[in-house]
Parts: sequence; C-alpha cells; structure tokens
Amino acid sequence: MNLIEVIKENVIRGHTDSNAKYPPDLAGKPGVKDLVQNAIDEMIPASQILNESLIAGMEIVGSKFSAGEYFVPDMLLSAQAMKSGMQIIEPLLKSEDSKKIGTVVIGTVKGDMHDIGKNLVRMMLEGGGFEVIDLGINTPPEKFIEAAKKYPDAIIGMSALLTTTMENMRISIEALRANGLNNKVIIGGAAASQKFADEIHADGFTRDAAQSVQLVKRLIGLAA
Amino acid sequence: MISTVEKKLIISNPDELFFGLAPKPVKCQRGFEIGNGVVYPEINFTLPQIIINESTWKEVKSIYTEIIGEVCKRAIELKTPALVVEFELLPPMTMNPEWGAEITKILSENLDVFYKKSGLKSALRVTPVDIRDTNRPPLMRSGELTVNMFRSFELCAQAGADMLSIESTGGKEVHDDALVNADLSGIIFSLGILAVKDMQYLWERVVDISKNHNVIPAGDTGCAFANTAMILADKGMIPKTLAAVIRVATVVRSLQAYLAGAIGPSKDCAYEGPYIKAITGIPISMEGKTSACAHLSYLGNIASAAADLWSNESVQNVKLLSAYAPVVSLEQLIYDCRLMNLALKNGNEFTLKYRNLMVESDAGLDPQAYILKPEIIISLSQKIIQEDSPYKMTLCAVDETLKLLRDASDKKEIKLNEMELRWLDILSMQFDEIPGDEINLIKKMKNGIYADKFLPAEYDI
Repeated sequence: MNLIEVIKENVIRGHTDSNAKYPPDLAGKPGVKDLVQNAIDEMIPASQILNESLIAGMEIVGSKFSAGEYFVPDMLLSAQAMKSGMQIIEPLLKSEDSKKIGTVVIGTVKGDMHDIGKNLVRMMLEGGGFEVIDLGINTPPEKFIEAAKKYPDAIIGMSALLTTTMENMRISIEALRANGLNNKVIIGGAAASQKFADEIHADGFTRDAAQSVQLVKRLIGLAA
Repeated sequence: MISTVEKKLIISNPDELFFGLAPKPVKCQRGFEIGNGVVYPEINFTLPQIIINESTWKEVKSIYTEIIGEVCKRAIELKTPALVVEFELLPPMTMNPEWGAEITKILSENLDVFYKKSGLKSALRVTPVDIRDTNRPPLMRSGELTVNMFRSFELCAQAGADMLSIESTGGKEVHDDALVNADLSGIIFSLGILAVKDMQYLWERVVDISKNHNVIPAGDTGCAFANTAMILADKGMIPKTLAAVIRVATVVRSLQAYLAGAIGPSKDCAYEGPYIKAITGIPISMEGKTSACAHLSYLGNIASAAADLWSNESVQNVKLLSAYAPVVSLEQLIYDCRLMNLALKNGNEFTLKYRNLMVESDAGLDPQAYILKPEIIISLSQKIIQEDSPYKMTLCAVDETLKLLRDASDKKEIKLNEMELRWLDILSMQFDEIPGDEINLIKKMKNGIYADKFLPAEYDI
C-alpha cells in the first residue's frame, strides 16, 4: 500500500496520530497527522493528499455510514483525523492555489432549537471539501438573506425538526426570493420531506447527513 | 431544599415493581388517585402543521377546543375509569406565557364540564417548554427566557393545571456534542454535574410555584438526553449500548426533582421512570408501543411493565380513516389499560404473569429494553443509591451498566453485533480515564473542548 493509500486507510479508521488511543489496535502507530507530514516530506503535492487521501477517505466513511457499517462517532473520529491532516496541508494548498469546491450556508430555521442533524451535515460537508458557514439554531430569514448576499454562489441549507417550525423554511425561501437572491436551497430534518421540498420550491431535500454531500455536489454540477 | 436519597429502595423486590400500584400514590382533584391499583391513560396531542402567531392564534385555540371535546367524548364512550390529559406547550406558548395559559384554561374548563356533566374523572398535566435552551450557551438562571419559563408555570397553574412538569435541558448544550462523539466524559459531566445542578435549581422553584397554587409538582424526564440518544440509536447513528448507558445515567438527574419535592407522576417519556419508582415509590407515566405515533422505539411492551399512567407521548391532530389521531391514540391507550387493569383485578399471580410477558417479549432484543427488566432495575438502583453524591451515583450508573451489558452479551442474554461490541470496549476504556472526583472533572471541562458550550456560573460551578 503506498503512502496515499495508507493515509486514506487511517482516515477511514479515524486514527489521528501516534498519541491517539482510538482505534485501540492502532494506538501508538503513526496516524493521519504523522503520515501527511511524511507525504509532504516526500514531496507529494498537497492537492493530491487532499483529494486522494483525505476527501477520498471521507467519501468511503460516508458510504460506510449510509450502509450501516459506521456510527456517527466513527465518522467524527474520521473527520477529526482528516482535520489533523488538513491543518498540515492547508498553508500549502493556498500556495498551490487550490480552492474549496464550494460554499454551503446552513442553519436551523427560526423557532427551532434542534441542531444535532445540522451539525452532522456540516461535518459531512466539510469532510467532502466544502466551506461551511453555520448560522446556528433559531435562524430568522434575515440571517439567511444576509448570508446569501455575502456568499452569492453558496448553497443554502435549512433544517427543522418540528411540524410547527417547518413552515419557517417556506418563509425563509420566500424571503430570499423576494430579495432577489437566487441561491439554491436544500432542506432537511425530521419534519421535512421531498414532497414538502417541492411544495416550498426548495432545490433539494436530504434524508440524512451522509446524503447531503452528494446532493450539494449534484446541485453544483460535480456529480450526476 | 434538596433531601438526600435513602440508602434503601422503596421497592426492593422485583416482583413488587409492576404496573398500576405505587407505594406513594398521587391524589388528583377530579376524583381519582394515580398509582392506587389502576392504570389510567394519559393522552397528549399537538397541532398539525401550522405557524403559531397572532394571526393564527384563533385557529390554534379552536383546534385545542375541538381535540379536548372529541377526546373526552371518546373517553366516556369507552368507559375509562379516569383520564389524564397532558398539554405540552410549544415554544411560542412558553415564550408568551399568556398563550400557554389560555390553552390551559380551555382544556381545564372542558375537563370540568365533562366531569360535572358525565362524571369523567380527569387531571390536566401542563408542561411548559424549557425555552432556556433557545440560545447557546444558554442562560439557565437569568434572562428573559428564564423569566418567561417560570412565569409560564405560574400562569398555567393559575389557569387550571392540575400537575406541572417539564422536560428540562440543563446540561444539554454539552450533551448534544458529547453524544454524537460518544464521549463518555462529556456525557457524565453533562448528566452527573450540570444536569443535576440545574434540576436542583429548577425543581425547588417549580415545587414552590406548585405549593403556592395548590397543584401537583409532578416530575421531569431525561428526554433531552436519553430520548435523543434512543432516537439516534434507532436511526443507526450511535450505538444502542451507549443509549442504554445514558438511560441509566439519567436516573440520577431525574431523581433530583423528587428530592426537591416533586411527587409524581413522572413524565411519560422518562423511560428511566421505573428506576425512579423503585427508588422513591412515586407513580410513573410511561409510553411504549402506543407512542409509535411520535417516535419509534425498542421498548414497546416492556415500557408498560411498571406504568401507572400509559401514554402516547404526542400525536398530531390529523384525520385518520376512523377519526382524528388523538381520538385514535386514546382508544389504543384505553384498551391497553383495560388489559392491565383486568390483570390487576385477577390478583398478584396474574399481574406478574402479564407483566413478565411484556418484559420477556422485548428484553432480549435490545440493550435499551434489557436495562428495563425489573430485576435489573432493582439491582442497579440498589447500587446507585449507595453512593454519596449525584456525581458518584452517575459514575456508578455508567460503570455498572457497561459491566451489565458486557455480561449480558457474554451470557447471550442480549445479542450485540460487532460494531456494538467495539463501542462497548471503547466506552469502557473511556470510563477508566474519567476522574472519580467531581472537582477534577469540572476543572478539566472548564478548560477542555466543551469550554465554549456552557457557562459555569449558570450552574454555580
């Protein structure tokens, strides 16, 4: 297995560095952080490490989660491992003029305080190579508008758990359009459905965090 | 004033932990007593898809008026011995306490009418929302949201509530992150320190309000923690073993309400209720297969084994083929209660047989059900109450549950897959590193990854 593959494997296993105790069978062995440094020392381009090790590893992690082979804590260990590698290559990526593949603004809509699902979406999107602007919980339409103006190319993600707050997704989308903002909008959360997304003219609906990456990639033309 | 836990269980024999009978029954104003030999239905309902604001308020009131009328009518037709109605306020109804009080008044007046006209015995449980969780990090003891939450208790008590409850959230701001990371130190800090301190603060005040208005300080639930875990486990997002561990850990924080003077019945979604019943002797409300309208679970039958009230959690007021959903839910609850009450009427042997069928039908299929077996409840409760502080009790709950699940898996009493066993190992490794001393964990957390999630002063730490 070459170094790129080893790093990818360590992302999948969620092994950050030689000090990490998890997973127990890898404790004491080099992890993503150590291996990425080795790769840099071997002059492997940062963009190759990013795409072929870190993002590729997280893609497999997302698939494992969707297939019921991983729990969220497994994904988060992988995300942490990925982040430790990112910290090393980020300065180099800037000099290689490598860009994030896109920006996503996310928030739980007004009146709704639930954010576990939203936070998982953020983590998966970051793992997928996106820049994520998190507006938090109880987000009024004005905040979505403000963010949409600041990030005109961003996809906007709205989340709601309650049947009494899901209407605020409709109101937020209407407010965006009334302000002439045409950012694509995706929705998710226990109360949402594809039918509701169609009804409120959202551009997409995601059933879970793992699917959100594919959905966003599809909307920006990076996936079929 | 928070009292200390007795070192002896009120119910120490598993065969005395069953539905319908609690050592400390609770008397209600409209003619019946909970926990005195009969299981009663507790119906809860919520609005269909609607925004709550001034322009829709008239419609909101008419929906609640219609629901309570239909529910009472069906309760009389099915001859239920009594009915408990729970009104869980929605966030706007707690943020505007007058709104919650208005609905409380509507429900209470309707229950009065049906009591006087048709003899329907009833009680109204009112549950304001813990709106302090609206902002993060939350202000738990100050600010407009806290003021409005307590005012909501006051106004609802004045408006006709018979019992006050809440699904309190102290510590949730740390627990949410700790849960998805399966980080036991964060979970124990949240439940064994933050949640405990907030419960003590909150329930001393709710008990005072209840006394001032002559209503029942009923109880709380670990819903914000353990039910979140249960739902995430159900979706395959976290290990079920972790959800089971968290359930037992919530016993200690939920117990604080009763040590502060709450007298039950506990909240329906508190699946830790049977532990509370064993420790304190208060009657409990439970939900199981009849709450599938609100959320799925693996505890459909076993949840009713020690229930004194049998609930549907909540159902939206939508039309089904037969009737509106709250009426359908009530009918299901009443038939379940009829069977339990018939078992009770036929004596102890019959009751235990029926209880055991409900227990055994679920217990081996999921670790969250396994920890609700009566003999396990008694055994774990006995160990937990021997500890001297809520923190040490929480540590004990976690440690003993981890060992219990490992043992049960080894003995093949529950089946855990490879992923579950892997996480059981990781959780046990994590537990070994958690300080035995509360002060040290607080110090670690104040400087650790959750430092920006909570405000220590709001918990007096």
